[in-house]
Amino acid sequence: MSGVRVLVGTRKGAFVLTSDGKRQKWDVSGPHFAGWEIYHVKGSPADPDRLYASQSSGWSGQVIQRSDDGGQSWEPAGNKFAYDGVPATHQWYDGTPHPWEFERVWHLEPSLDDPDTVYAGVEDAGLFRSADGAQTWQELPGLRGHGSGPSWQPGAGGMCLHTIILDPAQPGRMFAAISAAGAFRSDDAGATWRPINHGLQSDGIPDPDAEVGHCVHRIAMHPSRPAVLYMQKHWDVMRSDDAGESWHEVSGNLPTDFGFPIDVHAHEPDTIYVVPITSDALHFPPDGKLRVYRSRTGGDEWEALTSGLPQQHCYVNVLRDAMAVDSLQECGVYFGTTGGQVYASADAGDHWAPIVRDLPAVLSVEAQTLP
Amino acid sequence: MIRVVLPAHLRTLARIDGEVELDVAGQVTQCSVLDALETRYPVLRGTIRDHDGGRRRAFIRFFACEQDLSHEQPDAPLPQAVATGTEPYLIVGAMAGG
Repeated sequence: MSGVRVLVGTRKGAFVLTSDGKRQKWDVSGPHFAGWEIYHVKGSPADPDRLYASQSSGWSGQVIQRSDDGGQSWEPAGNKFAYDGVPATHQWYDGTPHPWEFERVWHLEPSLDDPDTVYAGVEDAGLFRSADGAQTWQELPGLRGHGSGPSWQPGAGGMCLHTIILDPAQPGRMFAAISAAGAFRSDDAGATWRPINHGLQSDGIPDPDAEVGHCVHRIAMHPSRPAVLYMQKHWDVMRSDDAGESWHEVSGNLPTDFGFPIDVHAHEPDTIYVVPITSDALHFPPDGKLRVYRSRTGGDEWEALTSGLPQQHCYVNVLRDAMAVDSLQECGVYFGTTGGQVYASADAGDHWAPIVRDLPAVLSVEAQTLP
Repeated sequence: MIRVVLPAHLRTLARIDGEVELDVAGQVTQCSVLDALETRYPVLRGTIRDHDGGRRRAFIRFFACEQDLSHEQPDAPLPQAVATGTEPYLIVGAMAGG
């Protein structure tokens, strides 16, 4: 029987949760890299036993870990992320120019077809690529250098490149998103980039429909329909039907359109999930009720999914990389909270149950469907 | 022979039990000790000081002989007691975070 491996990054280590296809009983392994912040763990689509993990700490900086056996053992890989050329400046919180400084890796995106190729989205925002299994990293400088870089400003969480999406249908097309600069697209494998933020409206910036400056929290795509993108912005859930050329709002009847993660059902490109959060000042669910919202219409019409989730006194958050789906016949959906719970649904969100309740604050969740 | 003590997280990362003992050729300085340490344990590169330039990471401190050497010049000689192995060179994760 096929199974699932859920890769969880937390404030104090990584955890690997495994189950068979029923997804009722789980084996919990970890903490791996105990005591370190694990911003992201992700497996290669081309080789599910090849995993990459971003391990960091305020004391000792960045480490990249690699596993070739599905997370049973790990080896440190390369951790030198040097910006290409002389680092330029972006804007600092006070509006002064600030040199780009590497802080950490937020997101690791393995290539769709080569286990040794992996992309890293970093803070201060930049995109790096390794073609040797994470031993060495080279920046794709066209993103920072496309023109608007000097005007980018960090959000409250830092100026991070947190989303990397590789287009499975159009080789060379990739998407990236940066807080708080916006969304960007390359059509030539990352050599050149341009902003794709037309249609975004952000009241928190001087020009609400500026070309860049939007606080994009997460973008998701279904691989069968790569021109359709879904976005959870700081406020607003957005949709593009033309690979980011233009966006329109699909927040519809959500109780609040602030939030962090957004994801797409594995088999239904119009079924999407968000977790509404009260506001940018109140990073917890409205009314103390933890509700995932599902739209089966690609946005606008949303239903609350509550079965098995706490409906009182719940004040956790769900961070941008902390939701994932598996691709078993009945799509599984997973998310982790800042309270240390990882919830799973084996029926596309109709019913939920915690896999674990008391991990450190969850930073990221990824799901692998195993043969 | 130089004795080096690492913080727990870095011992785990480098798979080290207890103290590290290093032979350092020439003058014993913070720079030469860290160079020898990183040569033996490449995984520690970037975790104590920058890859380029060798700047100490902000929350890492260097102690020896009951002195804080964190702000000494990297090429300044270390105390004789460290150079002879009588006293260890301590790489410390600063107390931080409340």
